[in-house]
This record gives sequence, structure tokens and C-alpha cells, in this order.
Amino acid sequence: MYRWDFAPVAAHLDLLAIGLFNTLRLTGAALAFGVALGLGLALMRLSRRPWAAWPAGLVIEVFRTTPPLVQLFWFYFAAPLVVGVEMTPYLAALVTFSIQSAAFFAEVFRAGIESIERGQWDAARALGMNRGQALRRIVLPQAVKRMIPAFMERAIELMKTTTLVATISYADLLFAANEVSQKTFRPLETYTAVALAYFTVIYGASLLARRIELRLARSGEGTVG
Amino acid sequence: MTVLRLAGLVKRFGANPVLRGIDLTVERGERIAILGASGSGKSTLLRCINFMELPDEGRVEFGGQVVGSERDGRRRYAERELTQIRRQVGMVFQHFNLFPHMTALGNVMEGPLTVLGQDRVQAEARGRAELARVGLADKADAYPAHLSGGQKQRVAIARALAMDPALLLFDEPTSALDPALVGEVLGTIRALAEDGRTMLLVTHELGFAYHVASRVLFLADGLIHEQGTPAEVLKEPRQAATRAFIASHKQFSL
Amino acid sequence: MRWDFATVIEHADVLAIGAVGTLRIFAICLVLGLGLGLPVGLGRYARNPWLRAPATAFVEFFRNTPVLVQIIWFFFALPILLPFQIGPLTAAVLGISLNSAAFSAEIYRGGIQSIERGQWDGARALGMSWLQAMRRVILPQAIKRMLPALANRAIEIFKMSTLASAVAYVELLQQGKLIASLYYNPIEVYTAVAAIFSVILWPLVQLSYWLERRLKGGE
Repeated sequence: MYRWDFAPVAAHLDLLAIGLFNTLRLTGAALAFGVALGLGLALMRLSRRPWAAWPAGLVIEVFRTTPPLVQLFWFYFAAPLVVGVEMTPYLAALVTFSIQSAAFFAEVFRAGIESIERGQWDAARALGMNRGQALRRIVLPQAVKRMIPAFMERAIELMKTTTLVATISYADLLFAANEVSQKTFRPLETYTAVALAYFTVIYGASLLARRIELRLARSGEGTVG
Repeated sequence: MTVLRLAGLVKRFGANPVLRGIDLTVERGERIAILGASGSGKSTLLRCINFMELPDEGRVEFGGQVVGSERDGRRRYAERELTQIRRQVGMVFQHFNLFPHMTALGNVMEGPLTVLGQDRVQAEARGRAELARVGLADKADAYPAHLSGGQKQRVAIARALAMDPALLLFDEPTSALDPALVGEVLGTIRALAEDGRTMLLVTHELGFAYHVASRVLFLADGLIHEQGTPAEVLKEPRQAATRAFIASHKQFSL
Repeated sequence: MRWDFATVIEHADVLAIGAVGTLRIFAICLVLGLGLGLPVGLGRYARNPWLRAPATAFVEFFRNTPVLVQIIWFFFALPILLPFQIGPLTAAVLGISLNSAAFSAEIYRGGIQSIERGQWDGARALGMSWLQAMRRVILPQAIKRMLPALANRAIEIFKMSTLASAVAYVELLQQGKLIASLYYNPIEVYTAVAAIFSVILWPLVQLSYWLERRLKGGE
């Protein structure tokens, strides 16, 4: 019978803590860039000008039809040679997950914007607003509220996806676990502890998301996504 | 003074002609009621006047200026110019189209604030004054979701008025209301008429048209089929189609 | 820079072996992931807490931990408790299938819940048992509504299959890594690998769009 011993793992808690911090930092940064970029992609895709709509559609489709890990490898190993810049694991991960989230958010934004009734656009235009004003003042504020659940779901997905960066040696929580497990010769305890750590953080985020969603549903606003 | 002149206005949706050549001159202070069966092109006519729909043929003259420019035998409209026109034309919709994320006051302030670039203090004073005019000063902080249909439509009217429009367009403003709430909205519109505002009103309320309008148009098949004073059109219609339309509105009593 | 796809084409057989590996793990995980999801989803729907509680725990745990962590746990941690080794394929299949089962369970549950009470009443009034009603009346209707979500799940499973490379299972990305490390041509290799995935996934993605549109149009 195997005797569990978490003490060696606990001795390296600092490493794991730094890993967790890096995971959260990457998630947060990719989320922020992803939202901004996603809005841009959505507006391009909704545009009536084909030279704007078409490339946006292409980016969205390419990122939806390739596995995240392949994207990450491409940006880490291939992109530096194409662009001629040094790529750190963090930068490669940030670029990959930002664009990938943007492709996802673009569709959420698009669905959100399209879910706003025509009458809202009519009323804004009848007041003399141009398209940008109508979008900023009238349509987006309403659409964003409906998109919140999809955003939160994506944020949680993203946190799980960030584990892929361990494969290009960025020191996230999973990579830290790998290191600790090699130092302590305690893979069972290390990976179990780290799995539970992920579960705690992600489950906590899910519960929070569910509560917010429930509150939104009660305030009578529909959701999309 | 002529506010608006339409000449040969044509609008098609695909191959389907909705307006087939409308000529109309609106003088300042006129109150024109537009009647017609559904599908006769009434709403499209209003939406062409503030260019929510672009006419396919014909000319729109607003305040003496022809809108758009002629190029390659077709009339082109620049979005910037149309936005300028819409600032001077107020529109009230059948389904109110209030902005649900703003209070009543926020809705009324939105035009002056965003479109006219007024400062907050000025826009708020204006907003409160317009809400008071439609009798809703006490609802300034209420969100649309907490207003009755009649109150919503009065806020929508205040929102249009806050832009100081030279022309007001009403697109069936009472059609979506409970019968019990129609009166308050019609009362508000009547008060505006008595103020001497220029307005075009698409409506099914023939009694209201009779008492408030200075001129009545009857639209059928995308054309002005008959027009005249309310008494002429509503009491002694010359055209068979007009007679049939009025007869079908049985609740109409003069 | 110059693109040089010649080396990639020269080693097309290496990539072909990888593609077979990718398709193999995809097929296994698709069947297991969507198949296991059904009993778990029914467990989530059950009124008996002895069925519902473990199903819920399973779903919550596997939905709220990263797949890669699961695969790595099965590969490096679990064998310590077992008297035998676990190969890369088994570890990856365990991680991806259980994760997918947790997600598809929620799809099944949602689909079943979306069927109106009256359908149950109608089936029960005919004298059907719970299982008969589920099989003959509820599931056939629910499956139709679940198809777009299930198609999306299949796409996710396909993408997840690349994670097996983290435990050195021979699949497309893993073979790409091999060529890139031997000939130092990562741009061409990873572009080719991305293109191959894209070509295989494209029809699947189109199918999911089509199912979504059909569902929206039909209701």
C-alpha cells in the first residue's frame, strides 16, 4: 500500500505559488487583450465593407479550426523566424491566447450586437447619431450586459487553456508542478495537489460566474452566447 | 415658409415598389395626418423623410435645400449630411424605442448631450423641461421598464422635442398602446399641435386626425390617393378606396 | 526569408503516421466522451441523490480542472497507485474522454430538461416505463436540440487530441515537433500541421454551423 506524503510538496509551496500567480497573470492579460481585440474583429466583421469584413472572418475561422496547442507552437517556434524577433514563452502565450480569445469574443460581441432590436438603432439614428455614436452610447452598453455570462465562461476556459504554456516551458502552475515533482520524486502528491489547486480556483470562479448570471437573469435581461 | 418638399419620391424593397411617386409640400405649422391601410407605404414615407430609408428616386428638399447630390444620373447621399437632417427632424415610433439602460431623463438628455454636444447642466435643464411639458417631471429617474406604455411614449416624445426639431414625425404613436392609455398620448400630441409645431402623423385614430390635423392624406398603393382638409377627406371622400377605408374603421365617429 | 516546404513534403509519411494517431485518439475519445456522458447526464437528472451526487461531483471535478492536468495526472501520478504502467495513449484517452464526458453530460441533461413536461405525461399515460419513455419519446426529441452542442464538443475533442503530445503520444503535432527538431524548419512544419488540422476541422465546423442554423430555423 502506497503511503501518501505531502510534506515534500509543501516544502516547495513557494514555487507553486509563483506558478499560480503566473497562470493568473497570463489569464488576465490575455483576457484584457482578447476583449479589446475581439471588439475590433467583431466591428470589422459586421462592417459592410468587404475589405474589413473578410480578413476578420478569416482570422476568426483560422483560430476556430486549429488546436490551441498548434497555435502556441506556431507562435513560439515559427513566428519569431517570420517576424525576426525574439519570442519568450510568455510573449508567445500572450499573443496566442489573446488572438484566440479575440476570435471567440468577436463572435460573442457580434451575437450581442445583433441581439439588440432594430428599434434601438432606429431611435439613435433618428436623433441624428452617427453609427459610432449609436454603437457606443446605445447598442454596446445594452449588448455588453447580455454578453457577461459568455465572457465569464470564456475567462474560465482560458484559465484552463493556459496550462498549455507548460509545454513551452513558461513557469505556470503546471510547469511548476513538473519541477516540484522532479525535485521531490513525489509526482502523485504533487500532481494531485496541483489538480486540486486548479479545481479550487476554477470551481470558485465558476460558482461566482453562476451567481452573477443568476442575478443578471433575475434583473430581467436576456443573455447571448 | 416651406419646411419640406418631396418630388417624385420612389422607394422599392427589392423588386417591390412601396412608394411610387410621392409629391408633397409641407408648410411651417402644418399638421398632416397620413392615413392608409397597412402596406400602403405610410411608415416608409416617414422613414424616407428622415432618411432612415434612402429613396430610390425623387428629391427631398429640406428647409429649401435639396438633400444629396446628383452623380451619374443617380442621387447620392453622404451619411454626414443625413445625420445633419435627422438632427432637425424628430421621430416618434410605434414601439417607443426608448433606451432601456437609461432613465427617462437620460433618454431625453441623450440627444442634446451626444449629438448636439451640450454640457451636462444644459442638457439636464432641457431634459427636465421637456419631461415637464409631457407631464412626467416626477418620472425623471424612472427606467423605461417601470413606465406604462403611455408614459413611455410621452418620454419618447420629450426625447424628440429636446432636439428642437423643425419637423416632427409620428409613426403610429398609439398603435402599440392599451386603449386606456391612448388618450394621454393623443393629449400630448394635441398640445404640441396647439403650440404650432409642424408635424406628420401616421395614425389609425381617424377622430383624432379629424380634430387635430390641418390636412389629411390618404395613401394607397404607394401613391397619395386623395388629400384635403379633414372634413373633405373624412366626411366626403371622393375616391372609392378612401370611402372603403373609412367605412372599415367603424369606431370612427365625428 | 525563404519558405521551404520541400523538407516537409519529403517527410509526409512521418506526418501521415501522426495523422493516423490523431484520428485514432479522436475516434476513441469521441465514442467514450460522448458515450459516457449520457449515463452521467442521466445521473445528473435523476431524483435519487445516490445517483445524482456522484454524477454531479464527477461533472464538477472534470469540468473545473484543465484537461492537460488530467492527462499528466493519469500519466505520471496514477501509475504509482497501480501495479502496472499506463501508456501515453491510455493516459491521454482517460483525460480527454472523462473531461468530454463531463461536458457532454451537461449537454444531455440540458437537452432532456428542455423537453416539455407534457411529453413525459403523454408517454407515461400510454403505460411506458421511465426507461421506455426516455428511449422512445424524450431522447429522440432531445437529441435533435443537442446536435449543435454535441458537434461543438466533437470539435473540442479533436483539438484536445493535440494535448496527447505532452505525454509523447505519436500524433500529428508530435510528429511535427520531430521533423522540426531534426531539420530546423519550424515555420514550414508548424504551418503545415496547422493547415492539416484546419482542413480536417473545417467540414466539422461547417457542420456545426449548419446544425445551429437548422435548429434556429426549426424552432
